[in-house]
Amino acid sequence: MSKILVVADHDGGALKKITLNSIEFAKQWAAKTGGSFDVAVFGQGVGVVAQALTGYGAAAVHAVDHADLAHALAGPQAKAIADLAKSLGATGVVGSTSSMAKDALPRVAVRLGAGMASDVIGLADTAEGLGFRRPMWAGNLTGDVVIDSAVKVITVRSSAFDVAAASGAVSPVQAFAAEPGAASARAKFLRFDGTVSSRPDLTEASVVVAGGRGLKDRFAQITEPLADLLGGAIGATRAAVDDGYAPNDYQVGQTGKVVAPGLYFAIAISGAVQHLAGMKNSKVIVAINKNGDEPIFKVADYGLIADAFTAVPELVSKIKALRS
Amino acid sequence: MKILVSAKRVSDPNAKLAISGDGKWVEGDVEYVMNYFCENAIECALQLAEEHGDIETVALGIGDPDETDRFIRQGALARGVDRGIRVTAEEQEIDSDLIARIYAKVAEQEQPDLIILGKQSVDGDSNQVGQLLAEYLGWPQATFASKVELQGGEVVVTREVDGGLEVLQLSTPCVITADLRLNEPRFASLAGIMKAKKKPLAEFELDDLGLGDAKPKVRIAKMGLPSGRKAGVMVKDIDELVAKLSGEARVL
Ligand SMILES: Cc1cc2nc3c(=O)[nH]c(=O)nc-3n(C[C@H](O)[C@H](O)[C@H](O)COP(=O)(O)OP(=O)(O)OC[C@H]3O[C@@H](n4cnc5c(N)ncnc54)[C@H](O)[C@@H]3O)c2cc1C
Ligand SMILES: Nc1ncnc2c1ncn2[C@@H]1O[C@H](COP(=O)(O)O)[C@@H](O)[C@H]1O
Repeated sequence: MSKILVVADHDGGALKKITLNSIEFAKQWAAKTGGSFDVAVFGQGVGVVAQALTGYGAAAVHAVDHADLAHALAGPQAKAIADLAKSLGATGVVGSTSSMAKDALPRVAVRLGAGMASDVIGLADTAEGLGFRRPMWAGNLTGDVVIDSAVKVITVRSSAFDVAAASGAVSPVQAFAAEPGAASARAKFLRFDGTVSSRPDLTEASVVVAGGRGLKDRFAQITEPLADLLGGAIGATRAAVDDGYAPNDYQVGQTGKVVAPGLYFAIAISGAVQHLAGMKNSKVIVAINKNGDEPIFKVADYGLIADAFTAVPELVSKIKALRS
Repeated sequence: MKILVSAKRVSDPNAKLAISGDGKWVEGDVEYVMNYFCENAIECALQLAEEHGDIETVALGIGDPDETDRFIRQGALARGVDRGIRVTAEEQEIDSDLIARIYAKVAEQEQPDLIILGKQSVDGDSNQVGQLLAEYLGWPQATFASKVELQGGEVVVTREVDGGLEVLQLSTPCVITADLRLNEPRFASLAGIMKAKKKPLAEFELDDLGLGDAKPKVRIAKMGLPSGRKAGVMVKDIDELVAKLSGEARVL
């Protein structure tokens, strides 16, 4: 029997929707191995987030509150997660590919003597047992990996899983006392400089308007009106971020965020493999580029060869006209 | 002060790779390059050494003997790293966990104050070794670094995280993993390449390290190709684009 512990993502007060993708994966895994799953929220003042997780079929929702967990520093966070996993006799620990989970879960694996697979997109039966399918080589290949240790730690790529459906039942909320102790020593949080945005999270948005280096210092001027009109998030290439046109957490790609929205606009983006790795599973891809030879057109459903500085404002006004 | 950095080679990301006959690995006549994130880690160590003086830099590479030595010399020593360490291993038979345990053994011997690795390998894309290593050693960590400063005995690191930038202060010894915006890696100079040939490069076999169980926990059972995308259509202007998006695609 398996017992899977899902680590929730939240930003202080509010649950992040990617947690529901992690739960969906845990459900699939538990169904395959015959077992149940629990969910846990770590932080300071996590009661509201824990309550928000009671409707998805978890055997229990654990609220783990401690001042030393307020900033999710990897050391104390990992100790708290591993201690809870041990007390539950968990055979699996699941997180998303948020920066928190990427930071802390490998340390959890060491504490549990577990092997870990990152960025998992599905389960696969292999000749050597249950495999965890993950993209490798910037998504050009997939590997079905088997984990030989008794306990397994997994981060899942949220865009590869649906949002878990409500179960109709209510899971009990239980408090777990974290003891970060020495794990909190020698690392201190100084500050967080957040990107302020009223738009949806990149990983949650159903529309993403992404811009590349070609937009130069008019990046915001071109992408924002279209994103706002469609209620979308804004994404960027590494080149656009490196050149200072967009903040770092807008980066989509192999080393940034992986997204799969219903509609993805690639505007003045060439389509390097590292960028494609982060967006090629979007449902509908639109590419607007002034150079018709760019590789982005090989993955685009609709391609338009045009100057973005005139084409995108025209697109905005024509969509507005269509809607009125 | 001593800084340990990484030197890992990866196949060129633009190379066409094929799956090997047993279905468990890749093959192909490909060029190799230094893992980009290792270049950032090496550059970071060199800049700290130049800025503060009296810092010894050591590069560790794990893999095939000849190839790993080549990358340690050309990618690390030629750029200015003082010496190298190679641990011989079969790339296909090591996972991030075993690599982290090798680093931990080397760290026990070398007693570095800082270990700077890349945030991920751009072939396996695991993004694990730095964090695993920090836990094996019981050290604090700062992953995804875009700025690293030494302030007295402390290290102040800016991290690229979801939603913005986080600044942490760590005491040494600690582990840092480099993100791409940390710096612009330098090229090796001709003089650097000449000097690198004479710099010390120690060699170890896995058995020399006293790892105990030198088995990976994670193995590739089968590799495959992702489902591809069908190429779409070109539209002639915005009117046609809007018509397609609201019509057949139903996304407006
Ligand atoms: C280890 C590593 C990891 C990486 N990770 C990522 C990642 O996660 N995400 C990522 O995006 N990249 C990543 N990269 C970088 C990647 O290789 C490319 O360099 C980058 O994606 C290119 O960005 P771009 O398309 O904006 O710029 P360019 O390649 O310079 O393309 C600019 C495009 O804009 C077009 N253009 C210019 N002006 C106009 C105009 N007026 N109208 C219309 N079109 C115009 C041009 O035709 C061109 O196609 C990584 C690279 C490495 C080495
Ligand atoms: N074979 C290796 N030799 C040296 N360093 C490595 C090796 N494999 C991984 N690393 C280091 O560990 C980091 C993270 O790797 P990974 O967890 O495999 O994505 C890399 O960026 C390197 O700094």
